[in-house]
Amino acid sequence: MAETPKVISRAERPAAPSQAFSFTEGMLRPQVNPKLEAYRRSAWQTYQSLPFPTTREEAWRRTDLRKLKADQFRLASNLAVEQPVPADLLAPLADSQHGGEIILSSSHAKVTLAAELKAKGVIFTDLLTAEKEHPELLAKIMGQLVRPEEGKFAALASALAENGVVLYVPRSVVIEEPLHSLYWGAGEKAAHITHILVWLEENASVTYLHESASPADERDQALHAGIVEVHVGSGANLRFVELQSWGENVWNFTHERGQVERGGNLDWIFGAVGSQLTKNFSTLDLVGEGAVGKMSGFYFTDRDQHLDHDTQQNHLAPATTSDLLFKGALLENSRSVWQGMIYVAPNAPKADGYQANRNLVLSKSARADSIPGLEILTDDVRCTHGATVGRIDQDQVFYLLSRGIPQREAERLIVEGFFEPIMQRIPFEGVRQRFQDSISKKMDLYTHGN
Amino acid sequence: MNPVLEIINLHVAIDGKEIIKGLNLVIPSGEVHAIMGPNGTGKSTLAYTLMGHPFYEVTEGDILFKGESILEMEPDQRSQRGMFLAFQYPVSIPGVTVANFLRTAINARRRAANPEDKGIPIPEFRKLLKEKMDYLKMDPSFAGRYLNEGFSGGEKKRAEILQMAVLKPEIAVLDETDSGLDIDALKIVSEGVNALRGPDLGVLLITHYQRILNYIKPDAVHVMMDGRIVETGGPDLALHLEEHGYDWVREKVENGAAA
Repeated sequence: MAETPKVISRAERPAAPSQAFSFTEGMLRPQVNPKLEAYRRSAWQTYQSLPFPTTREEAWRRTDLRKLKADQFRLASNLAVEQPVPADLLAPLADSQHGGEIILSSSHAKVTLAAELKAKGVIFTDLLTAEKEHPELLAKIMGQLVRPEEGKFAALASALAENGVVLYVPRSVVIEEPLHSLYWGAGEKAAHITHILVWLEENASVTYLHESASPADERDQALHAGIVEVHVGSGANLRFVELQSWGENVWNFTHERGQVERGGNLDWIFGAVGSQLTKNFSTLDLVGEGAVGKMSGFYFTDRDQHLDHDTQQNHLAPATTSDLLFKGALLENSRSVWQGMIYVAPNAPKADGYQANRNLVLSKSARADSIPGLEILTDDVRCTHGATVGRIDQDQVFYLLSRGIPQREAERLIVEGFFEPIMQRIPFEGVRQRFQDSISKKMDLYTHGN
Repeated sequence: MNPVLEIINLHVAIDGKEIIKGLNLVIPSGEVHAIMGPNGTGKSTLAYTLMGHPFYEVTEGDILFKGESILEMEPDQRSQRGMFLAFQYPVSIPGVTVANFLRTAINARRRAANPEDKGIPIPEFRKLLKEKMDYLKMDPSFAGRYLNEGFSGGEKKRAEILQMAVLKPEIAVLDETDSGLDIDALKIVSEGVNALRGPDLGVLLITHYQRILNYIKPDAVHVMMDGRIVETGGPDLALHLEEHGYDWVREKVENGAAA
């Protein structure tokens, strides 16, 4: 049995009594594979041993969970809420035909995969099917990158993931047509717990788009806890787009790690427009010489949304390159937090790291926190970073007005221009269009002097 | 010719401080009028006020465009009705291409005239843009660049004239369009303005130097000093100023005031 940590008395500010989930060990889905069974059991122990995060912890200092009604959540599969998936979410996001598609919920999945990809040994399926059909592979790749010890929600998702996606691309298999998956998570009071595994062997190549979404009209809280583990083998090439389109009642917690081996390339794109609150930990581990990782983030918040992205670029081998750009705009009473760190290990000379976070605050009561960081333990590196929080420049507005462009349109144009560097990094018209639509939709809410 | 622009006893203040102190000026359609004057006499204030910049407060007087007062109009409405300001310091709009910006501006005009308008068809827009850019000897790649971002001084001013050519105003105010230009750029910009001259365009050319008037021949030259027009003449007035400076005008004003 794992050691229970000492409870330190915090009499001056007790956690609200409701800050405990009602999940039980009996909810662990039994695994036939002993390694998977052990992984889940051990994760459960870790989950129980970790305290509920509070703003006393550095990582949670800016994201307060006290309004989370933790005890009311039930596993989504038990609630079995039936809600049809909106047609626009099913439209292809990449420009070409998709080579495979998965529409999944907590307990169902509809999987299609091109026969020729199956023949090449590609696995692209939901987690429940993978547990039945590929337990050995799962045992090999699951939990290798994100450890349950990384946090309460990482442990929760490791132990209780109800569904997810497994993508495995064998050595030297190059997939031309993008793969697409959608997790549809309906239900108030539902806890959606997911685990996404992407594993590319040496010299494999694929583009994969995953979206998480839920109905826009739900009011009472829902929960998502998720893990994303991404392995890019030597010389492999992964373009990975994640869209976060949760309804604005969802409290979303994710731990993600992308590991890139020698000469591999990970192009990782995040789009976040949904959820009531998000706390996302995304880590890039460049573990092999010459590995390259690019992270691009788009977010646009309104109402009292709170999005917190915690990114880490770890240069753990020589001549590795990372390039991060996160851009966000904020409306109404919303808030964003970006905290980034570039770490260069002592054995990683000739690292080239870049990180930038740019925020456009469109309302007086919106707030963006931007905290870059560098930790460099070797010489002969090139690391640069930048963080800005700004407002719409009134000289720009006047210039556009003077050309007959009305105020609202002028502001929308400036906001679109602000996001253009992110759009430039997204090679899919469908994804760009999705972001453009959310800009238009959110800018319609924009009123002056708020 | 009917006056396209009439400025009547205009008083303008910034933060309560009066900058323009009773300025009168009439520009008939089809004419080019130059306003010259030393620094700090309110020339740029006049330009911004004409376009409706919110920092400039009209405390007295009126501005009529085609016989209608524009004081209550927003800058975008003034533009849609046919007014144009070529900025001395055009700001950059990162991420917005010249083409995207111009198409948005054209469509805003069309929608102002007809709310049902569906916007300019893309092929028609491309043709129009190409024609105007050829005219101004601009490289086609210019259309895809972000507006004024990283533009040289000359490119910025050419981009202003391109906008003027595309938006076809009836009165164009050129605020120190010659500043910061080398002689080649000045020639190109001047040729652009000359090509747009015609019976339906009035131009108010604000300048510190006589140089640009060698290339754009004005119908009238006004001297502005301390917030007023103090001297008006023909093109030779500019040459006279070039040779003798502004002191004689100042003396004349002071003597006049004393008399």
